[in-house]
Parts: sequence; C-alpha cells; structure tokens
Amino acid sequence: MFLRLLSDIQWRAAHPKWRRMTSSQRSTSTTAEPHPLSLPAQAQVVICGGGIVGTSVAYHLSKMGWKDIVLLEQGRLAAGTTRFCAGIVSTARPVSIELKMAHYSNKLYEQLEQETGVQTGYMKTGSISLAQTQDRLISLKRIASSLNVMGIPCEIISPKKVLQLHPLINIHDLVGAMYVPEDALVSSANVSLALATAASRNGVQIHERTSVSHITIQKGQVTGVETDRGRIQCEYFVNCAGQWAYELGHSGEEPVHIPLHACEHFYLLTHPFKEPLSSSLPTIVDPDGRIYIRNWQGGILSGGFEKNPKPLFTEGRNQLEIQNLQEDWDHFGPLLSALLRRMPGLEALQIMQLVNCPESFTPDMRCIMGESPTARGYFVLAGMNSAGVSYGGGAVSSWRSKRFGTLQSSRTFLRHRVMEVMPLMCDLKVPRWDFQTGRQLRTSPLYDRLDAQGARWMEKHGFERVKYFVPPGNDLLDLDHSKTFYKPDWFDIVGSEVKCCKEAVCVIDMSSFTKFEISSTGDQALESLQYLFSNDLDVPVGHVVHTGMLNEKGGYENDCSIARLSKRSFFMISPTDQQVHCWAWLKNHLPDDSNLMMEDVTWKYTALNLIGPRAVDVLSELSYAPMTAEHFPSLFCKEMSVGYANGIRVMSITHTGEPGFVLYIPIEYALHVYNEVMNMGQKYGIRNAGYYALRSLRIEKFFAFWGQDLDAFTTPMECGREFQVKLDKGIQFLGQEALWEQKQNGVYKRFTMFILEDHDTDMDLWPWWGEPIFRNGRYVGKTTSSAYSYTLERHVCLGFVHHFDEKTGEELVVTTDFINQGEYEIDIAGQRFQAKAKLYPFSSLFTQRRRKDEVELSGYQRE
Amino acid sequence: MLAASCCDRRMCVCPGPRRIAIPVRSSRLPLLSDAMPAPAHLFPLIRNCEISRLGSTACYCHHKHLCCLSSHFAHSHFRYAPQKKFAALYRPKEHFNHFIHARDYASTPQRFYLTPPQVNSILKANEYSFKVPEFDGKNVSSVLGFDSNQLPANAPIEDRRSAATCLQTRGMLLGVFDGHAGCACAQAVSERLFYYIAVSLLPHETLLEIENAVESGRALLPILQWHKHPNDYFSKEASKLYFNSLRTYWQELIDLNSGETTDVREALVNAFKRLDSDISLEAQVGDPNSFLNYLVLRVAFSGATACVAHVDGVDLHIANTGDSRAMLGVQEEDGSWSAVNLSYDHNAQNEREVERVRMEHPKSEEKSLVKQDRLLGLLMPFRAFGDVKFKWSIELQKRVVESGPDQLNDNEYTKFIPPNYHTPPYLTAEPEVIHHKLRPQDKFLVLATDGLWETMHRQDVARIVGEYLTGVHHQQPIAVGGYKVTLGQMHGLLTERRARISSVFEDQNAATHLIRHAVGNNEFGTVDHERLSKMLSLPEELARMYRDDITITVVQFNSHVIGAYQNEEL
Repeated sequence: MFLRLLSDIQWRAAHPKWRRMTSSQRSTSTTAEPHPLSLPAQAQVVICGGGIVGTSVAYHLSKMGWKDIVLLEQGRLAAGTTRFCAGIVSTARPVSIELKMAHYSNKLYEQLEQETGVQTGYMKTGSISLAQTQDRLISLKRIASSLNVMGIPCEIISPKKVLQLHPLINIHDLVGAMYVPEDALVSSANVSLALATAASRNGVQIHERTSVSHITIQKGQVTGVETDRGRIQCEYFVNCAGQWAYELGHSGEEPVHIPLHACEHFYLLTHPFKEPLSSSLPTIVDPDGRIYIRNWQGGILSGGFEKNPKPLFTEGRNQLEIQNLQEDWDHFGPLLSALLRRMPGLEALQIMQLVNCPESFTPDMRCIMGESPTARGYFVLAGMNSAGVSYGGGAVSSWRSKRFGTLQSSRTFLRHRVMEVMPLMCDLKVPRWDFQTGRQLRTSPLYDRLDAQGARWMEKHGFERVKYFVPPGNDLLDLDHSKTFYKPDWFDIVGSEVKCCKEAVCVIDMSSFTKFEISSTGDQALESLQYLFSNDLDVPVGHVVHTGMLNEKGGYENDCSIARLSKRSFFMISPTDQQVHCWAWLKNHLPDDSNLMMEDVTWKYTALNLIGPRAVDVLSELSYAPMTAEHFPSLFCKEMSVGYANGIRVMSITHTGEPGFVLYIPIEYALHVYNEVMNMGQKYGIRNAGYYALRSLRIEKFFAFWGQDLDAFTTPMECGREFQVKLDKGIQFLGQEALWEQKQNGVYKRFTMFILEDHDTDMDLWPWWGEPIFRNGRYVGKTTSSAYSYTLERHVCLGFVHHFDEKTGEELVVTTDFINQGEYEIDIAGQRFQAKAKLYPFSSLFTQRRRKDEVELSGYQRE
Repeated sequence: MLAASCCDRRMCVCPGPRRIAIPVRSSRLPLLSDAMPAPAHLFPLIRNCEISRLGSTACYCHHKHLCCLSSHFAHSHFRYAPQKKFAALYRPKEHFNHFIHARDYASTPQRFYLTPPQVNSILKANEYSFKVPEFDGKNVSSVLGFDSNQLPANAPIEDRRSAATCLQTRGMLLGVFDGHAGCACAQAVSERLFYYIAVSLLPHETLLEIENAVESGRALLPILQWHKHPNDYFSKEASKLYFNSLRTYWQELIDLNSGETTDVREALVNAFKRLDSDISLEAQVGDPNSFLNYLVLRVAFSGATACVAHVDGVDLHIANTGDSRAMLGVQEEDGSWSAVNLSYDHNAQNEREVERVRMEHPKSEEKSLVKQDRLLGLLMPFRAFGDVKFKWSIELQKRVVESGPDQLNDNEYTKFIPPNYHTPPYLTAEPEVIHHKLRPQDKFLVLATDGLWETMHRQDVARIVGEYLTGVHHQQPIAVGGYKVTLGQMHGLLTERRARISSVFEDQNAATHLIRHAVGNNEFGTVDHERLSKMLSLPEELARMYRDDITITVVQFNSHVIGAYQNEEL
C-alpha cells in the first residue's frame, strides 16, 4: 500500500532530466562542525527543516535513488518540536491513510537502529486506549476493525485486563479499552539523527545553521532557494519547516499558503519511582481525560490536549523563543487532575519538569502533504498535528495539499480554528460533526432566508451549506446537541425531505459548487478541454457532459459537469472543494495562450437545485416555456428567464438521478428567483431541503462523489463509468493510455454498492465510512460513503472491492463475476452485517419516467 | 437624632440629609441648631401622622421610608449609644455591630441569604458597557471602551453618571456625580455638564453654524453621542429651559470670540463654573411653569460633586469638584499593578483645600469654618454644584424661599440657614483640572464616587481591575525549579489557586467586578459570598447605614494606539 503512495515520486524519479551524482559528494556526518562545507550552487532537491519530517524525506528520497539532495536546518538537527516530542508511535488513527503512515513508520523505526547503527530508543511496549463512555468504546471498536484488516494486531479488552497490563491504572470508571501490542516508543531526536545519518550515507548533503530566507519562483516553477549563506538553484523544494512552514511559505514574492498554526503543548516528566517503572509498560491514552501517559526512565511522561489551548507565534517569531517558553502549571492543572484520577498512585511521585513544546495544527486536523497548487516543484510536509513521530516515517506521498484556499490562510482564522482543533484531538468524533470556528465565511445570498426557515448548517471549503431544515415546533437545542453513532434525531426530518423530492419538488441551495467558465477566440478551448477530459466535449451547443478530469494514471483529479454554452465557451461545474485544486490543475495544463480565457465564476452565480417530478411544472409556469422532455431534454442547458429575471442558466441535471433542474442565477436575482420559485411551487407542495436528503438520494442511486468516493487513485473504469470515457474520440487525452490498459487487462478494484440486510436502523450502529468489507469472510476493501435509503428502507454503503490473492495477498483483477458471486458482510465497529452487493442501482426505484441522465449517471448501462 | 440614626455621618436633610449634618426631626418640630435627642416615643408619631407631609415633596420623598422604618430600629440603637450626639459620629462599621444587636434585641433572627444568581441580578441591574466601534478592523481611538455600574444605597440612588463622545470635536467625556440633599442637582449636572464642556471646546465657526441653525430653525448638528444605560434618564420637562441657558452661553462665547484655539483645561473650568452659575440663576429667576419652578429650586438647593474625564488621544484631562475620585491603573514592567491618583479630594482631609477655604474668609471665622471635618460643620465636600445655601447671601435665600412654592416653604432644610454664615459664598463649583499624557503602561482609568473609595484602597482597586481586564489573576507563576514537589502537592496547590481565580470570571463588566469586591470583600481581600449576600439583602431603608451609593466607570485604554501616538511624537 505504501508503495502506491510513493508512486508519484517514483514516477518523477524516472524523469529523463535526472542527473546522477557520484557518492563523493556526500557530506560528513550529522555531528559535523558548523559549516564544514560551503553550500552547493545548485541541487535538484532542497529540503528545508531538519526535524523528523525533513530527515525522513531526505532518507526516503535518497533511498529511492535520488542523489542531488540538500537538507538545510536553521539550528541543529532535531532541535525543534522533534527534540521535545514525547516519542509515542501510535497506529490508532481514525483516518485510514494516516493509519497506514503510522504503521509504516513503526516498521521503519523498528529496523532503523539495525540499519544505521544509531540508537533510536525503540521499544515495543504496546498502547492501551481507554474508554470512559460507551460512545468512546464504539469509536475505539471502529478503529480496531480498521487495524485488524490491516494485519495490525489489536483487541478490545475489558477493564480488568487493563489492570493486568498496567497495574497503576484506576479502572473504576472504565467501560473498556483497546490494546495495540505493537505500538512503540522511540526517542524522536535520535530517530531523526538516525535518518539523517542514513541519508547522508546515501549522499544527501546536510547543512546545519543555515536558514532559508525565501524561495524563488518563476512562472509558477520553483527555481531556487535563498539562504543566509548564499543561493542554491533547485528544481524541487520541500518545506518541512514545521511551525515555521507558514512563514516560510509567505516569505517569497509569490506566497505559498500553508495553513497551520502553532499551539503550546505541555507534558510532565517525573523522577523515577522508588522501584523504577518497567520500560516495557504499555503507553496509556485516556482520550476522555485528554491525556497520554508513557513510562520514562523509571518515572512517567504525561501530556495532553487541553480544552483551552494557547496558540502562539500568531505574528511569527524566531526559533530562539521556543527554548524560552515557560512552564505554566495553572494551565496544566486540569490535565494533572486527569492524570492523578487515572493513576492515583502517582501522588507521591516527584516532579522533574513541565516541558512546554509547541506543536503545529492544521484547520482540518489532517497533515499537509503534497505539491503546492500555485508553484510547481514546491512540496510541503507539515502540520503533523502533534503526531510527527507517528507519521514522520511514512509521510512521503503526493497526497492532496490542495484542499485549502487562500481563504483558510487568514491568520485569525487559523488562530481560532487551531484552538478548536487541538481539543478535538481527544474529543469523540461522531458521524457528521462539524467545526464550529471559522464559520460563516462564505455564504449564499439566501443564507438569512434559509436560516430563518430553520436551516441547520455545515461547512465545506468555508462555504455554509444546509444539512436539513428543522420544521417549526421541533426542539432545536435538542437537535443540535445530540450526537450519536446510532440513529440520529434528524432521521424523520430528512425522511420527509426525501419523500418530497420523490413525490413533489424540493429546492436545495447548491451555490457552493465550484463554477468555471472557459472560452477562447478560436477552437483552443475545445481542443484543450478535449485533451484534459476523458469524455467527448465536441457536442452540440446546449448539451451537458459528465466527465472526469484525469491524471496520467487515469485517476480522477476532478469529476465535473461541463455545459457547452457556445461553440467556443464552456461552463464547468465541479465539487465545492475543487476550487483551488481544479484551478491549479487547469492552469498547469492549459497552454499559455492569451486567446484562451478561464474565469472562476463561483461567486457570480447562486445555484438552486429543483429536485422532483413537479420541478417541470414549477419551472414552466415561471418561465412560460414548455419544459417537457421534447423541448428540454435531459442533460441540456439553456439560458432563459425565470420570473422577472433574465439570463438564468437552467440545466436539466440534479446530481441525484431524480428528475429536475439546476438554476444558475446571477446573484443579484437570487432572492427574487427563490421567492418566485417558492411562491409558485406552493401549489405543487414545494419545500426546502438540505444536503442530507441529497446525499441519501444520490447514494441509493449509486452516484459516486469526488472527494468521498473518488480520488486521484480511482479511474472511471474502476467505478463503472466507462461510458464517460471516449477512448475513440479521435483526440488524445490525459490518462488515455492508462485507461486503455485497464480496459484490456481489467481493473484491480471495483466500486460497488452494498445494501445492509440484517441491520436494524433503530437499534444498530449506523455505518459511516471506512468500514471494512468482507467477502466470504475475507477482507476485500473499505466503504467510502453510506446513507440510509428511505425508498429501500435499508442502509446503503458504497465502497471499493479488491481481490487479494488468498496466499500471497497480491492484488488480482476484479471481475463482475467475482463481485456477483460473493457473500458480503460489512463490519461496523466489530459487528458484521450481511450485505447484498450490486453493480447497478435498483430499477424499481425509478417509478418516474426514466431520463437519459439517470441511465448515464447511474454508472452502469444495462445490456 | 433621627437624622443621625437613619442617615450617615455625611449629611441629613430629612428630612434626611446625608452630606449635611443638620439636626432635623420633622417639619413640626422646632428647628434647633443644637438639637436635643428626641425621645424615641416620638417616632411612631411621625410615622403615623407625617408620612403624607414628608412625602409631599417629590425629591425628598425617598427619605420617608428611611425615617419611618428606621424609627423602630432606633429603639435599640439608643440603647447602646444614647448619649452620642448626632452627625458624623457614626461610621458604618459601628453600625454593623449595632445592627446585629438590634436584630437580636428585636428577637427576629431571620437569616435570609440571597443565592449567587440573586446576588448577581442585583449587582448587574445597572451595568453598562460600551466598546468603541472598530473601523476596518481597527480601533483608532485611544479608548477601547468603558464599563460602568452603580449600586444604590439611598432609595432612590443619589449618584449619577454620564458618558458621551464629542461629535464636533475629538474626544470622549465620562463622569460620575454624587448628589446630596437629594438627587436633583446630580441629575441636572449629569444631563447638562457635558453640553457645557462640549460647547466650550467648540471652535468659533462651529458655534456660529449651530447658532445659525437654531436661528433659522434648521436641524442642529449633533454635539454629543450619549452612551446611556436605560436607567440613566433625561428630564423632558426641563430640556427647553436647559437648552435656552446653554444657548445663551454659546452666544456669549460667540461674542467673546477670542480667536484662540480652545484650551481643554480652560474649557473644563469655564463649563463647570458656567453651569453652576446657570443653576443658581435659574433658581433666582424662577419659571412660570410651577413644576419647572419647583424643579430649578430643588436643583439649586441640593448639591452634587463631579469628577469628569476628557480623553482625546493621549491627552487625558480630569476635572474634579468634590470628593469623587479619578485613578489611573498602571501596569509596571513586572506585570504588577499600581495606582496613580488623578484628582484631589476636596474635603477636610485635604490640607490645601482647608487652607484655601480659610484664605477666602476673614480670620474671625477660622474656627467656625471647618468643624468636625465639615464645611461650617455641615458639609463634607468643600466644592460642589448647587448647594445655594452655602453660596447665596442670607437675604437672597430668604427671598427665594419665601417667594417660592409652598413645598419649599414647608421644608425645614431649605429654610435653615447654616450657622456662622457671615461671608458667603463658602462653596464653589470650580474644578481642579489635572492633565496627564497617557503612556502605553496606563491601562485603565477608574472614576468612582466616594462610596467606592471609602471601602477600598486605590492600590487594591488597581490590582482587582487590572487582573480582571487582563484576564490573568496575577499570582506568581509556579516554578518547580530544584524543589522537591510531588504531583499530589502540586495538584493541591493548583486546585486552591483555581478556586481563587474563579471569582474573576463571574462578571462581564469591570465595574460590577469592582463593586462585588467593594461590598463583599472579607479581611483576606477575597469576595465572601455570605457577606455579599448580607450586604445586598439589607432592606433598602437600612442599606444607607452600611454603605454609600457606589458609582464606577472603568475606562480601558488602547495601548497600541497610545504607543503609536508616542512614537509619532518622538
């Protein structure tokens, strides 16, 4: 799996421009005197930051055959957060890619000492995560399911067993725990030094006491690095500067936005017990008490993630101040109470030190990894959210760093958001939780109207979107505060919204979707888009095409709908969080031609999605134009007037497979059109609906969504969208070769829909995403999204099925027969539910007149 | 005697004055300068028969309860101090003991405590906060905002407060006013003084513009933007009268046009003096409307002190008349707080002030001028607005009272002429003005009436407000260093510290927080809920014996802006 993550780098490594350097250029060891060597004038890769992440990047690149690498550190190696960090390698992560990275790190550290001869203090002690509540236990069970299918030993244990494993623990308030026996402890500074030693043996030049002032970028491409000791020309720059990454990103003329912010983080060191603690005692994580406890030189080391974090360096500071940060016992007080409650026997233990070591956090609690969307060759690995040691080893991948826009780079936003994020490290994460800070940044012009009608909101890419509408009379407080792994309290509310979509008409504000216009003076627009998109865009004017924007390997960089407005202009609708990524991708791939215009018009249009059989009636009454299928076929786009407003782009798509239209309304008309629609719609039973209803509809219709189901590693062939790929359109397009190969050889995973059979909606845990899928008792993949289908009255999960060879574990081709001939189970927090696998949606759902886009969008054309 | 027992040492106009210790029993009893203790059995008489008469004067009516209800308390009181003369002998703390005894004696040991939420609702009833609005995400004013609150002891409260932003000139005005012999004067000053100051500050052209607007009936430029709590009212009836006086003032300013730029100090002094003379003049002239006529007389015969701050950039001017006080909170480099007085009290404790009064009157009066720490043995503040009894000649007083409405004639206090009254005026409203250039370490300004200062030392005030505003309870941070400390010991220490801090976070308003301390502090300097609850649950008739009205305005400064100003000047 890890190789897969690395593949992008490997591909670059195979680039013809590669120059091989002799090993004579190797630097002296890491303990070198200051400035033993002058800086080289040029290098292929410059890494900034000598912490665990930077040294790991150097280690891995050099191991993969990259030679011309320079690592710069402003102070000493492993001197920043790395030096102070607690050194716990824990694989218990809820997000699967992070889990994989942590697992890889663990394996790496295990053999590092042997490989390099540098002592890393690696000690396999195991870890125990405690649950004080049933909900916490459920979340641990979900993690345990994920770990088990990865082949990482892990078990849910009783409080009694906890006491056997760790005699100091007070178990009276525990309901259970998760034990991961292979989790380990390391000395992070030593790991970092070991990695640096190995890297330097492989030819990486390491320069300490060299600080990077800024990066030079020309025409969107990294060209060099300016340091206090001179300039280095380079092709690639890797920013591993930890909490300084934000400042470094902003230091150049063309800023690179790296949204992270540092917070103070405290941990306590004690003197040893009279009878020193065994160094093999497992590490304790008590998320309900917000603390972690490990053994340390016969005593303990304990820190935590408090509820009221102290952000720092908002204005940016220099490194010297890290060392001078003060202990703050009053701030640590609540964590100390939690510690003594967990281990009352520690009362008599003497304090050695309270360490204040800043950690950096990101706005969405995921680390920032990958190439910058604005500068080619500028890679970032930072924002480890206090888990640098766990991820450090494995964090070399080209995972999306493009999820943040400039809007998330406001220092105020970051400061407020990290104050929310840090406590979340320990908070229970239940399905569908939302951030509470940094909200109401981008809103639709209808926000107040919808809010007044009982809208409840969630946030996507800074944009407020409606979850559902609370009918008047419901207890609002109650609705907002109950969070659960079981049936949520909005169940009936969303149910009635779905029913209305099926039987009458609903309106959903979808303004957050990213909207681009691409036009040209000649045929350049069509030609470039034909190269970038897999479907044939040379369609008559007024037609809408669903297509993927693929990378070289055929993976989805974006999944979008494109309307041909005229011969030479196109209107492109993409998911909300594509705004930065898609723009960067298009900028990088479109030819540099002044006749080719591209504009982000997201903010210019408000989108109203009219879903339901009566949408036709509402719209034709408002526009005095016939809207029947003969006049307005599906997948069609036309500018028309609605009410008094003219120039409204009406498209016959709904993103759900239900009949209906999306209206793209210039924002100044938004309120007018909304009012008109609601007034006219009254006699057809119109009502507002939210994204939860949309989600239920699209999942029961088996629609994959980019960002949830689709990512850069998924091809159209793997999710049954062959029909959206026109291999024979006569024009070469990106990813074509890879898709040809898949068409010939078959695919290694297949997007499949599962209907849970013996699941009791009221009593059982609900699926969310990331649940393991079992075929004939063997693990074959994980779910990517799920929803309750009000039509089927069953839960529907979507996910990818792989075919692992029973003996070797090698991935084999997945055929339709393989899918159809299995017995499936979905594992929800350790409990398995029978599931029926389907490669096409239920036709019986389509009681309405079947439309062309349903057939196409639903993914599987039936023979 | 009644006066002494029901009102405090400061003044009795009873009906029941507070700041002026005049022996009065009721309008029926003969007025004696050397009063005899009244037999206790007389009080029921007053209670039963005189209520309507005592209460017939709108302004003094609040004292009727005080008199009547304190009368049954007086029984017990005399038991313990029968020989004492009235007036200033009684201090609140003594009262407190008597109070307890009184309760015992009355054998009604009801112990009713207020719950914390009840205490809070009392403390917060008058709180008001104003934040200077930000433009473009930046506050360019040197003032961040202010918190204000008042806690009544008199019923109704005799303190007043005002705050306003000058719209035609720069700067902000804040003030506290402590009334005596009723609230009428304090009320009038709180409504009018800032207009007088604002007008004094206006440049000639603006004055002309305003005058022309009035002349031609056009809309007036707004002069002040008030920041008022809903309970801070303006009297509608008198507004026309007040406006005319103000207009006369600015017309004179226009005629005087000196052409010089207005000096703030001078403007403040002129405004104070002018308002006081207008108050005096209005009372002499009278008004055809009988209600107004009575009102202007009440204003003139009652009194008020004033402590006003004018903040414009780094220039802070404090104009003070009387014994309210302005104090600057300064944060030292080590983070601790210190207090700097920005006003001098005008009372008998201020030697310079005593000296001043002596200089203004013939040597023959030296002995009678200041007696028992009071002006003419009666008045505690040595400067005040109103109080024409200490300003007008005896003839003028007699003439005005006699020609005045019946209510005035019936009132003992107004008829009473101070003893040894030979060379009026004895009292002035002229303020002392102190100018201070704000520095970045000047974090806040506290304006408060003497109700606060008599219970708390300014150093404590500085510390409590400073810690409140910075959100940090300034305790030495704990450092383990080389000491042997166990986790358990540390835990105990932290728990105790947390408990101490928690009281800081109860209040959203610095003034409320200060009042909580002023009323509820025990000997250890921390708020004692039981004490707080006791003090606040005193029947309103008794409250005055244990504390005075407290009015506090805390102005918070914007150190960034002040720092920037300073840099500019360098």
